[in-house]
Amino acid sequence: MYAALAIGDGEPLIRWDWIARNWDDDILESLKEHLILSFTPILLGFLIALPLGIACARWRRFYPPVLAVTSVLYALPAIALFVVLVAFTGLTYTTVIIPLTLYTLSVLVPSVVDGLGSVPDHVRKSATAMGFGETRRMVQVELPIAVPVVMAGLRVATVSNISLVSVGAMIGIGGLGELFTDGLRRDFPTPLVVGIVLIIALAFVSDMVLLLIQRLLTPWERTRGASKREKEVLATGGAA
Amino acid sequence: MITFEGVTKRYPDGTVAVDTLDLEIPAGRITVLVGPSGCGKTTSLRMINRMVDATEGVVAVDGKNVREIDPPTLRRGIGYVIQQAGLFPHRTIVDNIATVPFLLGWDKKKARARSHELMERVGLDPKLAKRYPAQLSGGQQQRVGVARALAADPPIMLMDEPFSAVDPIVRASLQDEFLRLQNDLEKTIVFVTHDIDEAIKLGHKIAVFQVGGKLAQYATPEEILDAPADDFVRDFLGGERGIKRLRFFQELDAEEAAEQATEQAAEQRAAADRPEAGSTAAER
Ligand SMILES: Nc1ncnc2c1ncn2[C@@H]1O[C@H](COP(=O)(O)OP(=O)(O)OP(=O)(O)O)[C@@H](O)[C@H]1O
Ligand SMILES: [Mg+2]
Repeated sequence: MYAALAIGDGEPLIRWDWIARNWDDDILESLKEHLILSFTPILLGFLIALPLGIACARWRRFYPPVLAVTSVLYALPAIALFVVLVAFTGLTYTTVIIPLTLYTLSVLVPSVVDGLGSVPDHVRKSATAMGFGETRRMVQVELPIAVPVVMAGLRVATVSNISLVSVGAMIGIGGLGELFTDGLRRDFPTPLVVGIVLIIALAFVSDMVLLLIQRLLTPWERTRGASKREKEVLATGGAA
Repeated sequence: MITFEGVTKRYPDGTVAVDTLDLEIPAGRITVLVGPSGCGKTTSLRMINRMVDATEGVVAVDGKNVREIDPPTLRRGIGYVIQQAGLFPHRTIVDNIATVPFLLGWDKKKARARSHELMERVGLDPKLAKRYPAQLSGGQQQRVGVARALAADPPIMLMDEPFSAVDPIVRASLQDEFLRLQNDLEKTIVFVTHDIDEAIKLGHKIAVFQVGGKLAQYATPEEILDAPADDFVRDFLGGERGIKRLRFFQELDAEEAAEQATEQAAEQRAAADRPEAGSTAAER
């Protein structure tokens, strides 16, 4: 950041004509790539985390080892994973998608487990007493009640993925992050500014869309006003 | 009719919650299981719908061993009400009440119509239908719990301290309405409480348990008040046994008087008698 601002003295922070000229090819392409690179891992991560989280909630003793593995994964720096993976998957989207899927998992598995843990015991018991089988109880009672906590994790993972995709620019696959490398290489701040603004906008819009989906999925939560849980999530979401 | 024959429940940790219990629970009546905390009331209740399976002995419903019935099927035919109501926070009141009809595959319209009918029955304002449980008071939630248990018209209802989480005045009115409802419905009800006054007020028969899961006495309220089987039962009735006894028989008289009045006079007369019974209950 410091280097970017120090370079190109006399050069304006933004050249609108550059934006106009490169909007269709460069910028929109990068934006599209950024969307694909951040949301594919969310989708994959969610599809894996859901059954894994349900299994961990059902058989509690699997949870500590699973949690240990996902936490270690989360601690690995993204750039290291990208570089290692290039040897196996080459300079492809896959190289970025795999680590981000792992990060998503490490956020979502605990969310699913905690979400299912938030189902009050008397609710679970009374569902059983009314004649719900285990599967039906999971689908119709436990998962719906877990939605707010799971959505909270999904929002954190999404914002974090959107920011992490840019790191992929170091190996040439980084969506809007490539605008950073481009700007740095050419001592030219405009692409940097465009990249930052678009990433922030993307993170913000994605979060709002997820929040909207959450509201639609959980009409009963609205009746309690903005719940404490939701506020906490917004705080952590902002930090990630 | 529900029967326990030599039923023992030993939990995996070795706790004997219920010890060789023999009990015949009559059809169409309220039978109350009462006793101090940890004496095995909830465990006994749950052995009826197989939330807990007996270690020894046989629990049978209408002569059929419950172990031979698939649990979900068995449970859909037995209403269940608990202290915290156990309502589904994510479903509206109508849909909460329609839970078992939905499970039984009733047509949605029919199930919801049944819900509305039950709301009226248990004294819930129809305006509450579209609300969620968190938007209801404790007493209202408890009524929803009762309505939900009644939804598929099960012949049996299991109730585990259903009224103990609400304040005494609300409790008294819930009890009164429950008795009125039961008068019409004549369900086989097994009602758990640790409150002897509630047991005396509601029970056709009372089973007094003592810690260790032993049945101390099984008799009508009159018999228990007149002749406690042993010191444990006497102590459990408390020092005011005489007063309880007096009040119990007074209430019986009051009920009879009320019944006669209903027969003879207009509904207004009957309504005027009710608050009397209500205030006796509230004094407790
Ligand atoms: N799942 C369990 N595992 C081990 N012990 C249990 C279990 N459930 C109940 N118990 C024990 O069995 C005994 C009877 O418990 P139960 O819940 O049936 O009592 P209760 O009469 O309903 O008491 P309360 O009035 O407090 O509800 C108690 O000693 C209790 O600690
Ligand atoms: Mg109990």
